[in-house]
Amino acid sequence: MGFYTSFATVLLLLAITAPTALMFGFAGASAARSQFAPVRWFGKIYIAIVRGVPDIVFFLFFVIALDQALEWMRHKTLCPDWTENIRQGADFVVCQAAKLPQGDSPQWVHKTYGFALAVFTFAIVFGAFASNVLFGAMQAVPRAQIETAEAYGMTRRQSFWRILVPQMWVYALPGLSNLWIVLIKSTPLLFLLGIEDIVYWANELGGSKLARFSAYPHGDWRMWYFLALLVFYLAFTKASEVILDRLMKKLTYGQATTGGAQQLAAGQ
Amino acid sequence: MSCWDTVADYGLRAIGIGLRGLPKTDFTLCQQVTLIGSGMIWNVYFGVISLFVGFFFAISLALGKFSDRWWLRLPADWFVFIFRGSPLFIQLFFAYFLFLSLKKHYSFFDPFTAAWLGALIVLVCNTAAYSASIFHGALLSIPKGDIEAADAYGLSGWTRFRKIIWPTMLRLGWPAYTNEAIFLFHATALVFFSAFPAWQQRGDALYYASYFADKTFNPFVPYPILGGFFILLTLLVIGFFSAINRRLNRHIPAEDYQKIRLRLNMFR
Repeated sequence: MGFYTSFATVLLLLAITAPTALMFGFAGASAARSQFAPVRWFGKIYIAIVRGVPDIVFFLFFVIALDQALEWMRHKTLCPDWTENIRQGADFVVCQAAKLPQGDSPQWVHKTYGFALAVFTFAIVFGAFASNVLFGAMQAVPRAQIETAEAYGMTRRQSFWRILVPQMWVYALPGLSNLWIVLIKSTPLLFLLGIEDIVYWANELGGSKLARFSAYPHGDWRMWYFLALLVFYLAFTKASEVILDRLMKKLTYGQATTGGAQQLAAGQ
Repeated sequence: MSCWDTVADYGLRAIGIGLRGLPKTDFTLCQQVTLIGSGMIWNVYFGVISLFVGFFFAISLALGKFSDRWWLRLPADWFVFIFRGSPLFIQLFFAYFLFLSLKKHYSFFDPFTAAWLGALIVLVCNTAAYSASIFHGALLSIPKGDIEAADAYGLSGWTRFRKIIWPTMLRLGWPAYTNEAIFLFHATALVFFSAFPAWQQRGDALYYASYFADKTFNPFVPYPILGGFFILLTLLVIGFFSAINRRLNRHIPAEDYQKIRLRLNMFR
């Protein structure tokens, strides 16, 4: 049973992360082209840091760091009269009330908290990639379009929302679809974050079962479980590719790009 | 104990030379830097060998994909699809259990369950698939005029490939291939986090970094150290590959050819 719900976990992660990351990406890209210098620096630094650090290192590091940061903040507010150091040598000690999640909370709270941390981490990392793509897409919209908007007396905000944003998607889509496929392929990393995902269950269920411990004794089936996962991911990425290709064809229609010109010439 | 003693004890720990037991308490900064650095030996080993072997494999795959004959094209297409469409993490798991069950029947497969060979094979296939599509793209973008000129000079077959197609393909594909090489080095960190066991605690850099993070509950020291090592490695790779890039483009005015631009942004 756990094996099947874990597929739902992966799909849920994708369903939550993709829009969140896109939002982060949009915010990051808009920040990076802001006129106000500190906001611009913030956007650029966000993109640069996450892209520069090797991938899974960021994953392993960020979850613990985020967890500790949250507990530290709760500790500061909830237990102001705590005098001991938080970092005692090798240990990270906060007062009982600041523990996240609470020690006595039920199992599902622990699981949800872990999952939320994972989603947030994925969103931050992929948000940086997405903002890089969107930033490039915003630069790619022909300059003349913005100039025309300005000539019509639109403010900066108006020309951003009415001219730039609707037109940038066709430039962003190839990068974003690449990112989506990469996101699908990075979901097994959930396993590293301690979530009971499909990798965890394939490892558990496929392992040797002895008649003494289990109702269904069998040998080592992990190979077949992982083969099934392999096929699952292959089918998933292939289906996404096909759908995204169709979407690209639709978006290209009538655009001032070589692709759009080709479609017009072909009389589609 | 001075830092030099630590380096002497643990500098080559990852390949089994030096003290057997890892430090258990009172971790010094020096110990962490030394052990994580010695773990980098494995990352470099996996990266360099699979890059070298994978390069030739990738060229043959790219030529296979480019071929007119279906019995060359189809297998190459499928190989690339399978290794690019599924996550490297799952591939490593699957390969490990595949070799494990083969080992039961044929003792020939004994060394394949060890990381140094089994994971190496997976990494070779993986990088070959990704690089094959890079080189295939480069083959497709060779200017038509170059080939026509070669035909006009009466070059054909092997000579035309060696003198015209091969250098142009390398030249066009090289910037993308550089990024692929960097991802490959980053991907080596996954090896010991999948099923492949670290025999006698001889692991790669991430293995030791997470060892320290587990023992000290403090991710803020080992992971930045690891990040630093990886950035150093990345810079070395970039230096080496741009030297080759300059050599490949030595007949072209410096401002015309494609400079290598760093794009550190993809997971496997």
